[in-house]
Amino acid sequence: MDYSNNIYHPVFAGLENYVKLFRSPVFYKVLWNTFLYLFVAVPVLAVFPLFVAILINQKIRGVTLYKILIYLPVIVSIVVAAIAFKWLYAERGILNYIVTSLGLKPVGWLTSPEWALYSVIIVTIWKGIGYYMIIYLAALMSVPKELYEACDIDGANFLTKHLTVTIPHIMPTIALVTIISAISAMKVFAEIYVMTKGGPLNSSKTIVYYIYERAFENLDLGYASAMAVVLLVIVMIFSLINIFCFERNKYQV
Amino acid sequence: MKNLKVKNIYIHIILIAVSLLSVFPFIWLISTSLKGPDENIFAYPPAIIPSDFTFANYSGVWKKVDFIAYFVNSMIVAGGTVLLNLILSAMAGYPLARMEFKGKKIAFFSILATIMIPFQAIMLPVYLITLKLHLVDSVNNFAGYVGLIMPFAVSAFGIFLMRQAFLGIPKEMEEAAIVDGCNVWQVFTRVLIPMVKPSLAVLAIFTFIGSWGEFLWPSIVLTKESMYTLPVGVNNLQGMFSSNWRFIAAGSILATIPIVIFFLAMQRYFISGENEGAVKG
Repeated sequence: MDYSNNIYHPVFAGLENYVKLFRSPVFYKVLWNTFLYLFVAVPVLAVFPLFVAILINQKIRGVTLYKILIYLPVIVSIVVAAIAFKWLYAERGILNYIVTSLGLKPVGWLTSPEWALYSVIIVTIWKGIGYYMIIYLAALMSVPKELYEACDIDGANFLTKHLTVTIPHIMPTIALVTIISAISAMKVFAEIYVMTKGGPLNSSKTIVYYIYERAFENLDLGYASAMAVVLLVIVMIFSLINIFCFERNKYQV
Repeated sequence: MKNLKVKNIYIHIILIAVSLLSVFPFIWLISTSLKGPDENIFAYPPAIIPSDFTFANYSGVWKKVDFIAYFVNSMIVAGGTVLLNLILSAMAGYPLARMEFKGKKIAFFSILATIMIPFQAIMLPVYLITLKLHLVDSVNNFAGYVGLIMPFAVSAFGIFLMRQAFLGIPKEMEEAAIVDGCNVWQVFTRVLIPMVKPSLAVLAIFTFIGSWGEFLWPSIVLTKESMYTLPVGVNNLQGMFSSNWRFIAAGSILATIPIVIFFLAMQRYFISGENEGAVKG
């Protein structure tokens, strides 16, 4: 639909919006950024929270306190988190203090096209660790204790114990976390809206932010909708994998 | 034994480091919010403990920004969303768990299919529908609230959660109640609902958190500042106080206090691991 004349009386436009979309270099840039987001954030979110969960799952003191502190970023509004990081990333902020005291040049965390996307990804990762850690902790509870005892008798060390027992046992959960974090990486918006508005030079623009921008700033709802359909298709593929591989039992009639 | 102790020390060191990384951005924000005008907030090396300690930023930002209004708006929206989710999920979950009717499979799979559709992909048509129904704050405040709540009034996740809960109740309970002369509605409200309270609590808490933190939808539909929810209000601080980071920091912290209190009070629901996967990705 072409909404450019009047939002209440759109004109049928055929496939025009899709043609425009697939000819637009910005769209490919945005798609590339979105997948870059995914390729960086997902592996970290699949592995690091598992590492933290294994450590918390040892019989040590203070577990509840650790869990509360690590979960805190999950609960706090993403807007506040993004503002907090914007302040860390400030030109004369605390991160650049660390960088310069290491003898390096200050980094334009949010102002240089090379760094902006990665700086925003870090916020997404930071905010996700606690959430996935709790999912992993639940999975770790289901690993039979006898297996660890057997390992101890065999004299296996910490690393081999977890590589040979834990990881194979919770493989389905690792796959689940991979899929959920991939889906949520496709949907990032607030971090980008608050921190960079997609800039500089579209370097940190991802698909949902671009949909928002085209729809509500450029008022091109038709073009934005074509993009929303692309998003829908990608997320549906991930979701179908998720449902058919991991959550089948949950949804039996 | 000694070996074990050494190992535990390493574990503690790593966990303390991860915990610090998790809270440091907030600590730095709090630190900045407590620094007075005589202290350079861009000083190198950065000082965590303010030397010119003051609460003036908090009182200053409190006077300029109507946090109470943002808070009330957030409460109305989150409260309404939770209430509708509880009622609708329970009422949809029960027949899917217990009753036999034509088209049950179709209903079940149609609801299931919506899990695959991210809100971000359908927000444009939802926005146009909301506009055409005049459920926006430019009509009146009530319409504004309804417009904020409606898209999230029920979720497939909630329906499945409640269906699972009803499936877990022994059929004999209902049969006994029917023998005692209850009709279906009474069985539902007097016998079954009290038995699924734990699931309702989980649904309420996670819906509340989700609704409280929602940013995309309110920032699309809201036009009046008096209708802002907390996340939209906090984002707006950046525009209001452009580079006054003391005020932005103080305002962000103020807006965060309610949800942190809620989290600490309800923490067992979040970190026990029993409700894994309950928050929507």
